[in-house]
Amino acid sequence: MRPSLVAIGASWGGTTALRTVLRGLRDSFDTPIVVVLHRAARSNDELLERMLGDGVERTVCEADDKTPLTPACVFVAPADYHLLVEDGRLALSTDAPVNFSRPSIDVLFESAADAYGAGLVAVVLTGSNDDGAAGVRRVLERGGRVVVQDPAGAERAEMPNAAIAAAGGAADVVPLDRIAEHLLGMVGAPR
Amino acid sequence: MDPLPQRIETLEDLEIDLLLEGLFRHYGYDFRQYARSSLRRRLWRRVYAEGLDSLSGLQERVLHDPAAMDRLLLDLSVNVTSMFRDPTFYAAVRSQVVPLLRTYPFVRIWNAGCSSGEETYSLAILLLEEGLYERTRIYATDINEAVLDLARAGSFPADKLPEYRTNYIESGGRDDFARYHVVVGDRVRFRRSLRENIVFAQHNLASDRSFNEFHLIICRNVLIYFAPPLQDRVHELFHESLVRLGVLALGHKESVRFTSFEDRYEELNGRERLWRKVR
Repeated sequence: MRPSLVAIGASWGGTTALRTVLRGLRDSFDTPIVVVLHRAARSNDELLERMLGDGVERTVCEADDKTPLTPACVFVAPADYHLLVEDGRLALSTDAPVNFSRPSIDVLFESAADAYGAGLVAVVLTGSNDDGAAGVRRVLERGGRVVVQDPAGAERAEMPNAAIAAAGGAADVVPLDRIAEHLLGMVGAPR
Repeated sequence: MDPLPQRIETLEDLEIDLLLEGLFRHYGYDFRQYARSSLRRRLWRRVYAEGLDSLSGLQERVLHDPAAMDRLLLDLSVNVTSMFRDPTFYAAVRSQVVPLLRTYPFVRIWNAGCSSGEETYSLAILLLEEGLYERTRIYATDINEAVLDLARAGSFPADKLPEYRTNYIESGGRDDFARYHVVVGDRVRFRRSLRENIVFAQHNLASDRSFNEFHLIICRNVLIYFAPPLQDRVHELFHESLVRLGVLALGHKESVRFTSFEDRYEELNGRERLWRKVR
């Protein structure tokens, strides 16, 4: 099944890793992307959006509540909000942090798995905690696919390792510089 | 490509539907049009807190035990907030909204979904410093009577004080924050004079009607918990409750875009999500 949503989780070292993935995605990659990047509650969303959008063909769009998940956009969870998806739209919450994080990767993955099932690809990048691991289990239960950055080359290996363990052998473990290509292969886009 | 996901109808969806239908028919609380993704997380939190293992189990408990219903209601309706949350928002209210409010002989403000009152007291302090509080009435409403009692008491945990003081200063506060409260043990209580012109009352955005005409409506990070049809209903309620040229203030990531009322407002401050009703 061709994916209809890609959800990416990243933490320590995540900004650089995210840029590597986004830069590798050609315009022909038309699946919407939602991203949770751990950061401080009062960090500047606009600055992050500009940084991530630099040199990237796809637009980094503002993640307002109930924004339709348009194919052309990368949506980044705002600082101090959880980002969830439902019925083809974003949904935000200010509920308590999960895994000490708001936004939390588990919250995004679990809601995306519920809404998109087999149409979801969840991607776990570098990080030094285990946020995302519970979400990976839900993604697989609902028939979605999981891609994890190869911990060997990751700035921090803890988060990829936790995701790989949670997936119990069902994750595609891919070096960072080949993740974009891997995703392009999944949607059958010309490389 | 199919832009919308195929909605996956699971047994869990059915259990949630039945539970919400039960709450509505038995207690009159209507959560059926809440955003499902965050609602689901809150329901499961209550399942575990009650020592249960399924949503059906929660349904049975809350239908037979009103005390369990009260606990669930708190989980479903309490919104996390703090005093002067988003200081730049309050700075914009000072510089752009207060001058508009000054033009009225008497000011009516609706703080919808006020939860335990942090936002309401922040507003009262701001208006006091701007010399407007005496001729203002703030109607602060929430669905939940238990959190309104907290709001009426006007007290919060003392360990929040440093955060609130910092926010206050960053929002452009003009005085010593300590002037507004007294510390009693591990609680901080606001001075009584601060709530003289506040009316705390129960109001359900999902089912109740408009109750007055306002110059400013503040409703921050409440509508994010509602699904689009309910958001539209509430926007209709807000629109009919605002005077012409009245101001609507939403949370930093909320918008009148994606609602049917987009063309009724003009942006007053895009970043701070302040709109003016123009038609």
